[in-house]
Amino acid sequence: MEIKVNQRTQQFNGDPETPLLWYLRDHLKMPDTRFGCGQGLCGACSAHVDGKLVRTCNTACDEVVGKEVTTISGLAPHLAQAIKSAWIKVDVPQCGYCQNGMMMAAAALLSQTPHPSDADITDAMNKNICRCGTYAQIRKAIHLAAKNLTSKAV
Amino acid sequence: MLRRSFIQSSALSLGYLVLGYSLAEQKAVAAQTGFANAWIRVGSDNSVTMVTPRAEVGQDIYTTLPLIMAEELDFPVTKITVEQATADAAHYGNPHPIMGGNQVTGGSTSVRGHWDQMRTIGASARFMFIQAAAKKWGVSPTECSTADGFVLCGAKRASYGELTELAALETPPEKPALKDPKDFKYIGQRINRLDTPIKVNGGEVYGMDHHEPGMLVASVARCPVMGGKLISFDDQSAKAIKGVLGVYKIGEALAVVADDFYLANKARGLLKIKWDFGDTATRKDTATIMARLHEAAKKPGVVVAKSGNFENPVAGAAQSIHAVYEQPLLAHASLEPENCCAMIKDGECHVWGPFQLPGFAKSSGAAASGLPPEKVIVHSMFIGGSFGRKMGFDYAFEAVAIAKASGRPIKLIWTREDDIQNDFYRPPTVHQLSGAVDAKGKLSGLMVKLVSPSPSIKAVPPWVQNGVDLFMIEGLNNLTYEIPNHRAETLIQDVDVRVGYWRSVSNATNAFAVESFIDELATLGQRDPLEFRLEMLGRQPRAQAVLKLAAEKAGWGKPLPPGHFHGIAHQECYQSYLAVVAEVSVKDGVPTVHRLTAAVDVGIAIRPNQVETQVEGGLLMGYWTAMVNQITLKDGQVEQDNFDTYKMLRFDSTPLVDVHLIVTNNRPSGIGEAGVPLAAPAIGNAIAKATGVRPRKLPFVDA
Repeated sequence: MEIKVNQRTQQFNGDPETPLLWYLRDHLKMPDTRFGCGQGLCGACSAHVDGKLVRTCNTACDEVVGKEVTTISGLAPHLAQAIKSAWIKVDVPQCGYCQNGMMMAAAALLSQTPHPSDADITDAMNKNICRCGTYAQIRKAIHLAAKNLTSKAV
Repeated sequence: MLRRSFIQSSALSLGYLVLGYSLAEQKAVAAQTGFANAWIRVGSDNSVTMVTPRAEVGQDIYTTLPLIMAEELDFPVTKITVEQATADAAHYGNPHPIMGGNQVTGGSTSVRGHWDQMRTIGASARFMFIQAAAKKWGVSPTECSTADGFVLCGAKRASYGELTELAALETPPEKPALKDPKDFKYIGQRINRLDTPIKVNGGEVYGMDHHEPGMLVASVARCPVMGGKLISFDDQSAKAIKGVLGVYKIGEALAVVADDFYLANKARGLLKIKWDFGDTATRKDTATIMARLHEAAKKPGVVVAKSGNFENPVAGAAQSIHAVYEQPLLAHASLEPENCCAMIKDGECHVWGPFQLPGFAKSSGAAASGLPPEKVIVHSMFIGGSFGRKMGFDYAFEAVAIAKASGRPIKLIWTREDDIQNDFYRPPTVHQLSGAVDAKGKLSGLMVKLVSPSPSIKAVPPWVQNGVDLFMIEGLNNLTYEIPNHRAETLIQDVDVRVGYWRSVSNATNAFAVESFIDELATLGQRDPLEFRLEMLGRQPRAQAVLKLAAEKAGWGKPLPPGHFHGIAHQECYQSYLAVVAEVSVKDGVPTVHRLTAAVDVGIAIRPNQVETQVEGGLLMGYWTAMVNQITLKDGQVEQDNFDTYKMLRFDSTPLVDVHLIVTNNRPSGIGEAGVPLAAPAIGNAIAKATGVRPRKLPFVDA
């Protein structure tokens, strides 16, 4: 089957039920999506399929054929820049393991809701776990990223 | 090789000039490497690389220790490149007395242990750059000063980079002068973490991100009852799956090696295995485990603190009470599961992974590969959370054993289920307490006895001395309160469940029992819990200050929204002083935590922002764990296995957290763990106020 990841289409002849997470990590050697639970419970493996937020650990490869898979390294540059610079400015990560997933969830939120309220953030981010407890910093960074995006749009 | 042996042998003396080499040889190497020891390397382009001896688990030691060196070296912190030390206890052992020179990241000892050493190393290097510049310019070193990586003398100015070759040939000072703390440039400033851009920008960050050519992926089937045995197995259908290289017996477990982790697990699921669970009678359920602790509590423990009439602290008191507190087994559940890459090649074994004790990875790698330890090269990666779990032995042993058995470089990954079901759990505890107040409602006597399995007895036997585990008395033999009649005891009772160190270790379990019970005694004496504590802290100004500040910031004693109540708690933890006020409401028996307000005195706060986020994260971990988390057993098997049954804190349950720092001139104390313990007792104390019922058992919500 053909799988398109970050604008690049590649052939994968493995088991069609292979979760996208392991195709990305073990076959493409991309560390962007992280393994945390394997059950869609923690969000560490978040990516976008056709612009929508998915958990790659419970999304099979054959489900994404003909679609666009986007990982954090393939995010639209303006979005990636706005989010990453906010994350760096706020100095969000502790262990950092959840943060790629957090940034991908934030990217999906900001694409839909350019000025999220605190309630919007809680809603959109509630499927992502940070064991170090950086929730307040993530919230702050999302607000800052929203500001970054708006100021660039002006 | 000359270069490597130079750097290695010079490291111990912190200098470069090594006996046994001619001046010509030294000059040749100096020209090649510039100033370089085990800690600091300075390139001719004025780039500075520093080695951090402690593992980065999220606590941000990656920035903090190099920052201390940079302060004394007088080099801009933000321009340093940091390197993680390899397994090499001779150079990178932990100087904190409790760690015995082993390369351990734990016990909140990193700053406490390395403070003097990091300063000395930085100051020593700075001295050598000044010496080199003075010689070059023909001036006296006393005429020279430094600023941000340059040596200055009048109008003369040279970067460390320009001087690096000359500085390399200088003799390190016996005892370099250290900065007066009032001259600190970086210490005490809000400087961002140096690892943030690396973690945000991605790439190879964690152990399982590593790849080697030909590397395959492994998953391991272990006995569902820890300690059980493998009787027999049939791996025909597992091996029939395309992409599966093989199935290998590793001790009492079976490893499947495949092209990817999905296939490895698919095949693992097809293994037909006959296990011998062994005798699970003592672990048939959680009640049996706890009953064993309660039974043991009848026996006398070992006294670890005493004052006054310690034999009977409540004798003759106006009023006294007795209480028993119970806390469950807990899993660490860091978001990064255990993992390790291993490669055996050309007579060497390489391991990449998360190691709080890289020495354990080295010795485990040696045992599993049959190679001598010096042939095991440990690559310590950023750790995706650990909290005391990722010591480096079990998963590193498995990974190397699988690499050896399969003849391939392999990447071992544990599933979340593997992680939760094969942990070194926080020991379950029973606390017995008796206390008394006098006619004025002042605490007159306190007896507390902790009964639990010992985390150290198997892992690090020297930490158990005369029946006392050093990691059971934290938070018990260092109470700040002046108590007229007092006795504290610990009693080790095994429960046949594997236990270990869990962030803040016994500080947390002891704080919940002691600080809840102190509130019970305040109630008995009809006293305000804050006043009741303050009156016992006459000789503890730091403890008083944090209690007063937390109370003030939280609005203690002032009106709260209807149905909201405050609870307070205080502790000295790893030499830091903390106080926490929790604002809680209870509806239909379920508590909601609205706000946690903390005050903390860590002495010199090297990076105040780091202290605040560590305390905040610790409070949240302590809070959520106390609310819902417990590991239970049924017929020897752990009943929880993923985040649906062992729930994690999420956005919607995260309360507001305020952390207020008191900066003092005391030596910096431990802070990576100290935020954890006080959330539970502060919340429990608020719940008791809200409901009139004292919670003496965790978790608060029996989900």
